[in-house]
Amino acid sequence: MISYILRRIAYALPILIGVNIITFVLFFVVNTPDDMARMQLGMKRVSEAAIVKWKEDRGYNKPILWNQDAEAIEKITDTIFYQNSVKLFVFDFGRSDSGRDIGYDISQRMWPSLAITVPSLILGLLAYITFGLTLAFFRGSYVDVSGVVLCVIMMSVSGLFYIIGGQYLIGKFLHLVPISGYDTGFNAIKFTILPILIGLIGGIGASTRWYRTIFLEEMGKDYVRTAKAKGLSETRVLYQHVLMNGLIPILTGVVVILPSLFIGSLIVESFFAIPGLGSYTIDAINRQDFAIVRSMVFLGSVLYIIGLILTDISYTLVDPRVRLN
Amino acid sequence: MPVIFITDALIFLLVFMVIAFVFYARRHEHLRAPWHEVARRPLAMSAAIVLSVYIIFGLLDSLHFHPKLEATETSGTIYSTEISSMLDILLDDLRQNTERTYSAPLASYAFAKEMIDQPNGKQLRGYPRLKYGGAHLGNPESETVGDITKRILQGLICGLLISLLISSLIIIALGKKYQSDFRETSKKCLRNELDVSWNAILVTLSIVIVTICCLYNLSQYYHVLGTDKVGQDVLYQALKSIRTGLVIGTLTTLVMLPFAIMMGLMAGYFRGWIDDVIQYLYTTLNSIPGVLLIAASILLLQVYISNHADDFTSLEQRADLRLLFLCIILGITSWTGLCRLLRAETLKLREVDYVQAAQAFGVGNFSIMLRHLLPNVMHIVMISIVLDFSGLVLAEAVLSYINIGVDPSMNSWGNMINGARLEMAREPIVWWSLAAAFIFMFVLVLAANLFSDAVRDAFDPRLRQF
Repeated sequence: MISYILRRIAYALPILIGVNIITFVLFFVVNTPDDMARMQLGMKRVSEAAIVKWKEDRGYNKPILWNQDAEAIEKITDTIFYQNSVKLFVFDFGRSDSGRDIGYDISQRMWPSLAITVPSLILGLLAYITFGLTLAFFRGSYVDVSGVVLCVIMMSVSGLFYIIGGQYLIGKFLHLVPISGYDTGFNAIKFTILPILIGLIGGIGASTRWYRTIFLEEMGKDYVRTAKAKGLSETRVLYQHVLMNGLIPILTGVVVILPSLFIGSLIVESFFAIPGLGSYTIDAINRQDFAIVRSMVFLGSVLYIIGLILTDISYTLVDPRVRLN
Repeated sequence: MPVIFITDALIFLLVFMVIAFVFYARRHEHLRAPWHEVARRPLAMSAAIVLSVYIIFGLLDSLHFHPKLEATETSGTIYSTEISSMLDILLDDLRQNTERTYSAPLASYAFAKEMIDQPNGKQLRGYPRLKYGGAHLGNPESETVGDITKRILQGLICGLLISLLISSLIIIALGKKYQSDFRETSKKCLRNELDVSWNAILVTLSIVIVTICCLYNLSQYYHVLGTDKVGQDVLYQALKSIRTGLVIGTLTTLVMLPFAIMMGLMAGYFRGWIDDVIQYLYTTLNSIPGVLLIAASILLLQVYISNHADDFTSLEQRADLRLLFLCIILGITSWTGLCRLLRAETLKLREVDYVQAAQAFGVGNFSIMLRHLLPNVMHIVMISIVLDFSGLVLAEAVLSYINIGVDPSMNSWGNMINGARLEMAREPIVWWSLAAAFIFMFVLVLAANLFSDAVRDAFDPRLRQF
């Protein structure tokens, strides 16, 4: 088992290097630091000296891959590639283009993100599994048909509609919870309710339909027929056999997104003004702060790859048929 | 003088490919049978009619040209510098009749109070009349409701007549085909006893025609969906946005399709190190969060555009380049799923007897892939094209909201939502831009979802939704 995990991690390394190279090429080769400086400082009326200074402040004035003028090992280390891309591997994100420490910002901002995404995931799973199981239980009846129709309709509505509609409803008529913002400590809870709820509603359509299919597939299997033939009650079959076996694909599907919960949701966070990593990224995109976007791209990939590895491990744990090679 | 944008060219390439595919599919039983299955489903056919109406609008909006200003004796014909499309010509009234600022749907008065000059020289603070909306009414307070009802009724009658005419023409044509008289054929149509579910088609077509007639009749005298901040008709914007939505939904797939098919087939067929390389490639691309990759690329495109501002002759061209670029980036982030499916299927297929036989006969690898493997994975390609479509249309709105979508100057539902979002705090609320964008998007995506469900069920019975 341990050797399997190690092998999976070793396999992930080249992927990370690939991601690193792609982001490096995107940010430093396709567009040179000169372009970035001009973009940041204003397009036309910018002096050459200002560009040089901007690059120098951020260490973008070094050679890209190979520093001819430096000594020994510094030939490689004193370059943009080493300073800005290789260091990401040890999670040294450096400073943003506006001079803040990215690593510190990330460690601060991941908590609000988690405060939204973790409850959303747990409550979402509970709700969708319940709905999916209910529809599967009533398969073929009016409950099922109207439920599926409702799911298709809800799937077709833009996610932005749920957010805007929800904020409007709460803000105009109900005044139960604040419509956006954030606070420290336990005061934050009342700010998280609305985003979590809206995230839940937005996901109902697709997830419920998906889970319903999974449960129906399980219901068609032989062991269910055997269980019924033995005389087990319908509910017992449903909860003990169908639900438990149906949970395997659902939970292993969830594992892959677990690490990415740190990143948060870009859209939800920016709509509800939650100071998490999602809104951090959006702000960086709008300010055109390349250093932050680059760090977030790398961080996101790392988390996704961790998710992939966890998925593989969880498969081998729950399903003995998956071989370890 | 025609102007052809890159996306226009690609759209017509796509139309050409679809037509070619239809001819191909008609001659091959394994493709014809599932499509017949789709055609027998009433819901799928209704969805198909709605989709085709959108596509017609989108295609009309893809024929761009410089409109002719005037022909003079001396210098020949003068062309305007601005670029219009066929749709602009059809909706010329809607485009030209701009108000000063916001106005509510079907309103005759402006949305905000202004100082109005009275005939006696004094000024009065109140809601001014609109320049075009309800301009024909003498006394809007009392006449509006009656006038609107009258025009809706006119549209209703006109629409019903047109759809009756079209329905009878279709039934006569069907009667010729099945060699039965008019009554017999219409009975069969109603009972859905024919090969194609004509009752659903005719009913949906009638509803669409009646809606269009009513909207057309009203839009001559009112702003049916109100006007936006700069006084532009919202209905016009929503109709213009159709093209953007369709381009994102279809061109993205078109752009990524060659890569996905080629890579998927090669990985599955050759296995070994080619498989490893391709798997590495798509895992790497997949592991970069999609939104961030798009954001990074759009940022870079902005840098490129602002550094090469002189290369673009017009704003439209620049917006078009950005749209194409967005399609390409979305394609890069979304081809991996299809590639993985194709690889898995090819791995299975390469062990099948006829492929082994072809190899034994010494058929080249390339021809085996083209002649024996590709036709047998086509159903996967088709399912994924239709399934991806609705997700891409919805993604456009979200991306435009974070400012990494289409160019802000382009008409798109995302931009409409983005623009209207800032007005949510106003009292009374400016809801019509939002509502229009959401409704247009909802109808398109719902139709696409229903249609893709039917296509998937027909082509892949194993995946059938119970």
